[in-house]
This record gives sequence, structure tokens and C-alpha cells, in this order.
Amino acid sequence: MEPDERAAKGLFLAFQYPLEIPGVATMTFLRTALNAQRRKRGEAELSTPEFMKKVRVAAGKLDIDQEMLRRGVNVGFSGGEKKRNEILQMALLEPRLAVLDETDSGLDIDALRIVADGVNHLRSPQRSMVVITHYQRLLNYIVPDVVHVLSKGRIVKTGGKELALELEARGYAQFQEEAA
Amino acid sequence: MSAEVRQIKTAAEEALAEAFSARKAALARDPLAAQREAAFRRFAAEGLPHRRVEDWKYTDLRALMREAKPLAGPPDAAGIARAKDAGRLLRDVEARRIVLVDGVFVPELSDFAALEAGVTIGSMAQALAAGDAEIVDRIGTVAPTDDVAAALNTAFMGDGVVLRIADGVTLARPIHLVFAYTASAAAAVFARSLVVIGKGARATLIESHEGPDDLDYQVNNALELSIGNDAKVDHIKIGTEGSRALHISTLMAALGAHGELNDLSFTTGGAVVRNQLNLRYAGEGATATIAGASLIKGRQHVDTTMVVDHVVRGGTGRELFKSVLDGESHAVFQGKIIVRPGAQQTDARMMTRALLLSEAAEADNKPELEIFADDVQCGHGATAGALDHDLLFYLKARGIPAHEAEALLIQAFVGEVLETIARDDLRGALSDAATAWLQARG
Repeated sequence: MEPDERAAKGLFLAFQYPLEIPGVATMTFLRTALNAQRRKRGEAELSTPEFMKKVRVAAGKLDIDQEMLRRGVNVGFSGGEKKRNEILQMALLEPRLAVLDETDSGLDIDALRIVADGVNHLRSPQRSMVVITHYQRLLNYIVPDVVHVLSKGRIVKTGGKELALELEARGYAQFQEEAA
Repeated sequence: MSAEVRQIKTAAEEALAEAFSARKAALARDPLAAQREAAFRRFAAEGLPHRRVEDWKYTDLRALMREAKPLAGPPDAAGIARAKDAGRLLRDVEARRIVLVDGVFVPELSDFAALEAGVTIGSMAQALAAGDAEIVDRIGTVAPTDDVAAALNTAFMGDGVVLRIADGVTLARPIHLVFAYTASAAAAVFARSLVVIGKGARATLIESHEGPDDLDYQVNNALELSIGNDAKVDHIKIGTEGSRALHISTLMAALGAHGELNDLSFTTGGAVVRNQLNLRYAGEGATATIAGASLIKGRQHVDTTMVVDHVVRGGTGRELFKSVLDGESHAVFQGKIIVRPGAQQTDARMMTRALLLSEAAEADNKPELEIFADDVQCGHGATAGALDHDLLFYLKARGIPAHEAEALLIQAFVGEVLETIARDDLRGALSDAATAWLQARG
């Protein structure tokens, strides 16, 4: 399956390092993506006013300035702005399964809080999220239901949110031996 | 016995020689007869340029121009009727249309309504027939070039436009020179125009070139553009010739002190296209932005060859050329910046980028800097490459199908060039043309 087909079926990947796309305005990008997915699912495309309203609401929650949306995708954005832009895309595309790849990397504490708030807003019984991280810190803000420990591509331990705290205290070394 | 080495002439060269002798009688009283004769002699000595002529290295005109078409006659009523629809690409741009059919100025299709005081628009052929001394003296002097294709234009030029904008005049709307090829058989058109823009004047000048897809007609167009001190000119050339056409155009421009030129060429049409620009910084502290975008496919060949000559101090130049190549198309960029000894504090930057959409497409870039002054900033860069796979993946991961993702990135690539156009309506029209090209790509 092509990446665009997977996306239309409800899969979303929030990139660890979101790319810059000079010359493609964020608005154009968001609208093209949203309408492409809707078309593929046999839904009607959004009208301009409908789309604008949706973006305004979602961007407001993430404290994203309208001016940023007129600029090229991620061009000249700080690390935090790029990550917020990823969450904005997730909010608009409303995926059924979202994979957040090291969303905390490169974020200062304020940016981390805004991004986490954005993610928490989107939590719902109709949506699953896989949050990939090396650190407990992110999980103070996005409190997980289940924690899996991966080593060498395999899940080596599963537990509740307290497993992450235990890892923070004792490190990963124990699992690396188990996996081997 | 003569030891003269006789060059073997191609059929096209023979035909041009015959056409010139046939034309001589008719030109007996032409005030440019001597100039034409000299120009033709230069052509006769060198022949059609070929790949061993450095300036034509990548565009072997001798091979690409197998035959010289007969000179186009004056357009008939049917041709003029067909030209009514020409220039449709800019239908949403509020401009004064001046129409040339098969190289002949056609007043009845042109718009002279509310002509600004100090602006005159007329026919080149009429000006020459009337022996207009100002024009006769100017022809060939604005930014002289010894290029052979330009020499052929001088030898054979028929009609064209003479446009004069007096000092201090600001055009209320752009002037759009619509060049339409309408003849029912393939012929050759040699049009020559002269535009003189007075001190402190402001003008937007658009030229568009178009013709049918089913004829292998030939166009050799030349424009001399003299820009006065402190004047500001936007010049946009749109090349949408028919798919079998050979189009050579030469822009010879001179920029007065503190003058400003924003030049842009946009090319999607023609089988073989050569856009030549010869720009001379005649006055100090002048600024030029020269941009180009070509979107080509199939076996199209588009050559941009530019000579920018900084003669005096303090000139600023920004050159940005982009080509998008599909199929087996071929783009050529040759850009030469000359900084003469007196041209201190020149600031010139040249960038050319090619986006290759297919394995078989070819882009050749040849930047040349000739710097004879020691207090200058000059730079150039060239890139050629395919679409960025990581960017495509990012777009696809958001649900955008591959084809649409490519179109977005290509549109963005060309967008950087189109952004140099000041007028929204004009920029919009060319952006739409780029979109149409992408849609036609299928």
C-alpha cells in the first residue's frame, strides 16, 4: 500500500524531523492533504470557509499564528513550531492510528507542554496513539495507558505507566541482556 | 587561381542567401540597407552556428534548422481573424494589446484607447519607410551583439513595433505585444521592435508568442529596449509557440543610471527555442532582476543564453533561472557576466536550477564570469536534480497521492521565479499556465 493510501485509511506519522517545503504554503499543503484524503474516502471536499474555520480553531488551540500558515511548510520554523505544526496536521486529518516519533526531541519545556496538550486533546476511544520516546519526561504530560519496551525491534516488556518510571530509575541495560 | 576556401553551405544557408538577394531589390530605398548588407555578410561568412561555435555549443542550429522557410507574406483576412483570439493566456490581465500577425503590426486588432500622453506606438516598417531618422539611428545601437542569429534578424527584419514612452510617464496599464503566427503554411517571420523608455518613466511590457502546433514555422524575433535613467521597467516574455516551431529571440537592452529592469521569460512552447539576452549596464547604479522559467517535455529544446555587461560602476544584478524537464527534453543555460575595469562595486549573482523529471531529460549549465575590476561581488551557482524523495514521502504520508505531491513540489520550484513578478494578475496567469502544464503532463 502506498503511503497516501495508508494515510487515507487513517494512519498518521508525526515525524521526528519534520521537513521544510519551500514554496508550498502551509495552508495549501493542509488543504490539499485534507481534501485528498476525503476524496479517497468518498467524502465531499471541504469548501474554503469550512476549511478556514477548521484550521483557525485547530491552530488556535496549538497557539499557532495565522501568519505561520501562510509561509512555506516549516520554512524558518523553530523546532517547537515544527512539532506543533505536526500536531496541527494530526488534528485536521483526524487519524484512527497516530504514530508520534520522538515528538519530544528538540523541544524546550514550554513547547513540550503545548505539544502534549495538543496530543491530549486528540485522545479519544476512536483513536489509538503510539508514542515513541527515550525519556519519561514526555510521559509526564502525555500519560500512557500502556508502556511497551522495545529492544532490537521486539517488545521485551509490557506494563502500565509505572513501567516508564521504573525505566527512568533503572535504565534499559536489563532489557538489552534479555533480548540478547 | 584563387586559393579561397569554399565552405559547403547547407540547404538552409543556400535558401537564406537566395532570399536575401531576392529581397535586395525591394530594399533599395531602405534606410537600413547598408546595415542589412553588413549583417548578412557576417552571416554569410560564418554560416548557421553549430556546436563548434562556443556560444551555440549546446544548440546546433545548423543541425536543428534543416531548411529555411520562405519569408512570411503579409497576413490575409483569415489570418487576422484567427489572431483575434491570441494572447488568451493573459485574458484576465488588464493590458493594452498590440497585435502582430506573422510579424506584421495590425492596428485594427490593437488597442489605442486612452493612450497616455507621451506614449507613441507604431509600425517599424512604416517608420523605416518614412525614414524616421531617430529610429534609423537607434536600430542596432542599444546593446549591440555580434551574434549571427541577431544578424539574420537585422538582414531580414520586416515589421515590428516602435514604442516610445516619454520622460516621466507612468503607464496606466501594461502594454502587451501579442505575436501570433497564423499563416496556413510554414514560413519564416523576422520581426524587429524598438522600445525607448524615457527618464524616470514606469512601464510594464509583456510580449507573448504563439502559433499552431501543426506547422514547423520559424520565428526570429528581436527587441531593442532602451531604458532611461531612473526609469523602471518590467518586461515579461511568454513563449507558447506551437509544438513544431523554431523560435529564436534576442533581447538587446540598455539600462540607464539608477534604472531598474525586472525581466522574466516563461517558456512552455516551441520545438526549438533560443532566448538570447544581451544586457548592458549603460549608467551607474542600475539594478536588474533577470528570471526565467521553462517547463518542457517530449523532445523540446530550450536554450537561454545571456550576456550581462557591467560597463559602469555600482550595478546590481540578480539572475534566477529554473527549468522543469520531462521526457527527452533538453534545457540549456549559458550565462555570462562581464565586469569591465570601470565597473567597480558591481554586485551580481546568478543561479540556475534544473529539475529533471525523467531519466532521459538533459540540462546543460554554463555560467561564465569575466571580471576585470577588483572591488566587486560576483557569484554563480547551478544545480540539477530530481524531485526530493523525502519531501515526496512527507506529502504522501499526509494522504497526498504521488502525482499531486509531485505537482505541488514542481509548482513550488517554479513559484520562486514567478514571485519576482510584481503584478498579482500576471503572476496568477503564469501560475495557472504552470498548473495547466502539470495537468497536461498526465
